[in-house]
Amino acid sequence: MAQLNINGRTHNVEVEPDTPLLWAIREQVGLTGTKYGCGVAQCGACSVHLNGEVVRSCSIPVSSIKAGDRITTIEGLSRDSSHPVQKAWAAIDVPQCGYCQSGQIMAAAALLAKKPKPTDKDIDEAMTNICRCGTYHRIRAAVHMAAGNTKVGSADAAATDNTTV
Amino acid sequence: MKTTISSELPKISRRKFLVSTAAAGGGLALGFSLPFGIGDAAAQSVAAASEINIWVVVQPDETCVIRIARAEMGQGTLTGLAQLVAEELECDWKKVKTEQITAGQNLARKRAWGDMSTSGSRGIRQSHDYVRRGGAAARMMLVQAAASEWNVPVGDLQVANGVITHAGSGRSTTYGKVANAAAKLTPPDLKSIKLKETKNWKIAGKPLRRLDTIDKLNGQKIYAIDLKMPGMLHATVKDCPVFGGKLASFDDSKVKGMAGVKSVMKVNDTTVAVVADTWWRAKKAMDALPIVWDEGPNAKVNSASIAEHLKSGLTGSDAFAQIDTGDAPKAIAAAAKKIEAVYSVPFTSHTPMEPMNCTVKLSPDKAEIWIPTQSLEASLAALSSASGQPLDKCEAYVMDLGGGFGRRIGNQDVVRQGVAIAKAFPGTPVKMVWTREEDQAHDFYRPIAQCRLFAGVDEKGNLAGLHLRVSGQSINAFANPAAIKDGKDIRQLQGLWPTLEGDAQIGYTHANLRTEYAMRNTHLPVGPWRGVNTNQNGIFMECFMDEVAKLANRDPLEFRRSLMSERPKHLGVLNAAAEKAGWGKPLPKGVYRGIAQFMGYGSYSAAVAEVSVSPKGEVKVHRCVFALDCGNVVNPDQTAAQIEGSVAYGMTTLHSEISVEKGRVVETNFDNFRVMKIAEMPKVEVVLPLTHDFWGGVGEPTICVVVPAILNAIHAATGKPVRSLPLSKQGLTLV
Ligand code: FES
Ligand code: FES
Repeated sequence: MAQLNINGRTHNVEVEPDTPLLWAIREQVGLTGTKYGCGVAQCGACSVHLNGEVVRSCSIPVSSIKAGDRITTIEGLSRDSSHPVQKAWAAIDVPQCGYCQSGQIMAAAALLAKKPKPTDKDIDEAMTNICRCGTYHRIRAAVHMAAGNTKVGSADAAATDNTTV
Repeated sequence: MKTTISSELPKISRRKFLVSTAAAGGGLALGFSLPFGIGDAAAQSVAAASEINIWVVVQPDETCVIRIARAEMGQGTLTGLAQLVAEELECDWKKVKTEQITAGQNLARKRAWGDMSTSGSRGIRQSHDYVRRGGAAARMMLVQAAASEWNVPVGDLQVANGVITHAGSGRSTTYGKVANAAAKLTPPDLKSIKLKETKNWKIAGKPLRRLDTIDKLNGQKIYAIDLKMPGMLHATVKDCPVFGGKLASFDDSKVKGMAGVKSVMKVNDTTVAVVADTWWRAKKAMDALPIVWDEGPNAKVNSASIAEHLKSGLTGSDAFAQIDTGDAPKAIAAAAKKIEAVYSVPFTSHTPMEPMNCTVKLSPDKAEIWIPTQSLEASLAALSSASGQPLDKCEAYVMDLGGGFGRRIGNQDVVRQGVAIAKAFPGTPVKMVWTREEDQAHDFYRPIAQCRLFAGVDEKGNLAGLHLRVSGQSINAFANPAAIKDGKDIRQLQGLWPTLEGDAQIGYTHANLRTEYAMRNTHLPVGPWRGVNTNQNGIFMECFMDEVAKLANRDPLEFRRSLMSERPKHLGVLNAAAEKAGWGKPLPKGVYRGIAQFMGYGSYSAAVAEVSVSPKGEVKVHRCVFALDCGNVVNPDQTAAQIEGSVAYGMTTLHSEISVEKGRVVETNFDNFRVMKIAEMPKVEVVLPLTHDFWGGVGEPTICVVVPAILNAIHAATGKPVRSLPLSKQGLTLV
């Protein structure tokens, strides 16, 4: 049994202590936006924020989560997909299959929280998540856009309508 | 207190799911069954929708639901197909929603939606005509309904954005209002419909935003791996790591008592499964399960023995020639200067980010599967044969794929496993999910190949003759032996074919040209991998072309041009890429260019790469410029996205290979199968020199020029050709 504070709500989950946080989130709490990609901290599909830091939840046992730890998943990043990263992602249609994108977005949000104006090098170092569809080109552009390094344009509109470029 | 799963069911909203994917009106009439067991009450709100024809359903609130029969795996087909229908439908693009049809519906309506398989970059190029006709027919019926209501000639009406107007009387109405009447009309003859000329397009051909992005940004998109159903059980499998080996025994006493474990079972001769109340518990028990494999004779095979086997094909007498113009060997022997080279390209894996999975529910009178598949009808057929239920008692629902790349087409291995497991739990949905390790170890790999090439040039630096022989594994021999005619598997020479038939024609002609293939199969299963054999053949031909140009003391671009006068479309993209990249113009110190062209999937591709190589052998790809002529383009922004994606997918093969030790795959997760990341991603620029007189593919064509353009730039930088991959074999690393 573990107590997890996820997206501002407390969940008591009945799992073995060695259960990875990823599987507690997906199978006990039922939030499936956080993905399984490798299980060995290599791909970042399972990225969540733990007290504001991006972590790979597949490799963190629930037993290591302390009372008072705050976990944020993609579902809790914003109420209405309005986080600047989500808006930038929408404005330039970053996702292809989308499977890696929860993790990419959580990594980007954590990067921007630390470094509001990241350089390309900062992005290279912080964004080590794997995308097999190869959306890297747009991820870089979207991180810069979310940082305000480039114009966001009609991201709001793009987020809700079938808006043209 | 234990949080129940159902209480957390996506805020997404049952309604949204309902409206956007499953039951948007027409679906109800067709008997959709919904993954979340959504009750009828929720469905009532959309029940008044009218199915105008198989492609278009109009709801009273003006929503136009466009039906999609191809799989969406990130390539943007869903949005592109909707654009084509909407263009002819003249509806309001902001009111467009899509719904995926099921295999059972297609079957029940005599395959009215046509081929549902999504491979070979065919999603749009092979259905653009009939989906546009579907959109046009629906428009004609909607307008006719208004004309009948007003009792005016249909020719007097105008339509735009789903609003029908009669200028004479100033009346207007909307699609939502006339849909009911329109649905009752006799459809027009589809063949006689005149489609719009592409130059008049307003929705198609435009870089519209994708329709399916938002749910991918907030965790609300439900992939097959995310499905939850009441009472669902979870399974994972382990297949004999040595292909061709068998399951000898397993000791379930060690794991049966572990938390949540429901069953440890033999799935088939080679596979064992653990079923539990959660997937994590199933996986943990699997890791703890003692299994004995009967590995069989293949356990002696390794990469070195496979390489020797392929090498024998480079000289063996069993090859056949496909192109045999003039006498290439003789012309080369008599040439002033000669060159010979042997290239080799290893196996590689698909590795889609969503691991292989499916959910199967077997009831006494119905078999159902939810699966990320590129071939829903093949999944339905496999479900039927594995479950024993006749086809009309089976249903297959496609869930948008977390990547496909060719892995999820013909091989319905996952369906057979999923059904075998679910048989032990009648009436209970069982979700089977592979580990990443299982996915890497049991792929249908891109075939391994070697190639020996010879060429000669005369005193003037002109090509005297070119002769290439590919030796490697055949996909057809593994997956479709009937496709091999007279023992000659020309599929392995894809991209080098003499004619346009097959959509992958060689870009060069010459008086003395010979292309050959010698089949050398291995015990690894092989299959189509994004771009299939154009990948290996593109490297062989295009990298060797640079070697020959160098021998002839000629510029690689100009040398290629001299062989392409009979191939105007190949030449067109080559010139366009060279021009956009500024070929011949000065570059920053230490940066070198490489160029390549090739054809696949009905489209013509060329690339120029800019690369630098440090003294330590660190390869940095700075910029890649592409030209693609796919004839017509439905969404230029998504076309660019596919090209960008092909760069990353192709460049991973510079890093990584699938190698074999003791008969099994060595690279079983991302720690030893190194996948390209953002730091290595170059700038990508795209130019689309479209010729508008054909429809070519988009998802696959450009990948075959990514690697050769980069390798040619490395050659230019170091003076040494790169003849085998991954780069680590040459002491090089991608940074
Ligand atoms: S699933 Fe956690 S890093 Fe890949
Ligand atoms: S968008 Fe498909 S894996 Fe990243």
